[in-house]
Amino acid sequence: MTRRLHPGFSAAAIATLVLLYLPLAAVAALSLNAARFGVAWKGFSPRWYTQLASNGIVLSAAANTLILAVVSTAVSTVLGTLLALGLERFPWPRWLRKAVDAVVYVPVVTPDIVFAVGMLLAFEAVRAVLGGLRLGMATMIVAHVTFQVSFVALTVSSRLATIGRTVEEAARDLYAGAWYSMRRVTFPLLAPGVVAGAMLAFTLSLDDFVISFFTSGPSSVTLPLYIYGSLRRGITPEIHALSTIVFLVTVLLVLALQLATRAPRED
Amino acid sequence: MNRLLVWYGELSTSRKLTARGLALMALPLIWISLLLIAPLAAMLAWSVATRGPAGDIVWALTFDNFRRLAGFDSFGWTKAYLSILGNTVLMSAVTTVIAVALSYPLAFFIALRPPKRRYLWLALVMIPFCTNLVIRTYAWMMLLSNQMPLARLAQALGLIEPSAALYPSTLALYLGMVSNSLPFAILPLYTNVEKLDWALLEAGRDLYAGPVRVFLHAILPQTLPGLVTAVILTFIPAMGAFVIPDLLGGGRQWMLGNLIQHQFGVSRDFPFGAAVSLVLTAITLVGLLVLRRAGDERVLP
Repeated sequence: MTRRLHPGFSAAAIATLVLLYLPLAAVAALSLNAARFGVAWKGFSPRWYTQLASNGIVLSAAANTLILAVVSTAVSTVLGTLLALGLERFPWPRWLRKAVDAVVYVPVVTPDIVFAVGMLLAFEAVRAVLGGLRLGMATMIVAHVTFQVSFVALTVSSRLATIGRTVEEAARDLYAGAWYSMRRVTFPLLAPGVVAGAMLAFTLSLDDFVISFFTSGPSSVTLPLYIYGSLRRGITPEIHALSTIVFLVTVLLVLALQLATRAPRED
Repeated sequence: MNRLLVWYGELSTSRKLTARGLALMALPLIWISLLLIAPLAAMLAWSVATRGPAGDIVWALTFDNFRRLAGFDSFGWTKAYLSILGNTVLMSAVTTVIAVALSYPLAFFIALRPPKRRYLWLALVMIPFCTNLVIRTYAWMMLLSNQMPLARLAQALGLIEPSAALYPSTLALYLGMVSNSLPFAILPLYTNVEKLDWALLEAGRDLYAGPVRVFLHAILPQTLPGLVTAVILTFIPAMGAFVIPDLLGGGRQWMLGNLIQHQFGVSRDFPFGAAVSLVLTAITLVGLLVLRRAGDERVLP
């Protein structure tokens, strides 16, 4: 038997992919429609894209989205890597390892909406005690870091487990200091895990809506929040154009990553 | 106790190692504990408190919030909240079944592409998920809106009222939920399908097993770990869904997520919101434990 798929299954597979792309394709088509209201085709027009370029709210929302993703990813990558190193590289008693593991898993298993409410309560408590805390970019970054840090820690931990300790031990046997062996041995080996963790954190931040929704303020509107808000106010063709741009940028980023990380393969 | 020990080529003491390890972990652990675990604990306390007349919290050890979720209030028994709870579990389960059923053919399809092409196909699955949940959901709204071809077709066939849209509806809700969870079902299944021992499938065929038996006895046991992960990654986020039922399901298709959002937003009934949040978290955790056990106890037939 050759490894073939029944044509029916291939058709099902293609249909599933179509299911993923059809809605986005519809939005892309609508974004080029000249009609101001409704979805009836009134001819081709790129004007929603040009209008978007002069829409200050959208531009600042795009900037906010990127600032949020970049800053929270940077902070969570550092914290998550520290957590993984601390957990994996020291002779902890079993109970402590289990306790830390449990803490790491809390942000992963808490449902999004419960997580978001929890963050909101934490910020309310800080405001009650210290006063002066306003919901905005800072609270959003803190909230994003709180869920990203666990995903980074888990990714880096699994990399630490894969690389083992033999090379580090050899370095120490050859009189490399703690910091030197960290810098020249452990970190280069660990780097792919850290990069993978950072990429995961970045994607999670970009994909998030619920947590931002609860922890943002009027001054820190991101693209998802703006789009959600405009669904309530009434959809304009600019939203079609905006979504299409976000989609196209994502396609380019993913393809660029594919090319950049493609390892030479034997098979 | 501070004994000297050799720790992977380094001469150190247990106290020194403990101090260094704790220093590394301290900040992230404090961060998660203070910002997430503490508020979750506060919600536990709130869930047994009650709401004062001005939306404030009155501390009184009471299980009224849970009783209210079960349908008992001052006017007798209603099924409103229980049906939201039941709907949430049902919708998440159906979503999971459909997503997994669609993922098997796609995982096989990708695993059978030439090795160099597989990553491109996987990227194709992942790309929509790097956009944003709101954009994906909104795209479904547009596709199903009243003047688009799909709604026109349904109108022509008399399935919906003339000039009506296909959303909000149960169908739209499922389309949104299933397509939203597909990659999380496909990726774990794919990693198992790629490593599949095809000889077992061939042996099954040689022994005159039909497709169903080949699946049950040759494919399922080999892909069970991936299947369990797929179910976990689909079912658990589905249970907490809030945006998709809000936008695609409309007001009649509330899930627990919407109920929680409503309590902490519009009605400012924090104790009841906390109780619902706890129930959601509890169901999620029980589901997770059951599924993980199912994954551990895999037995080859």
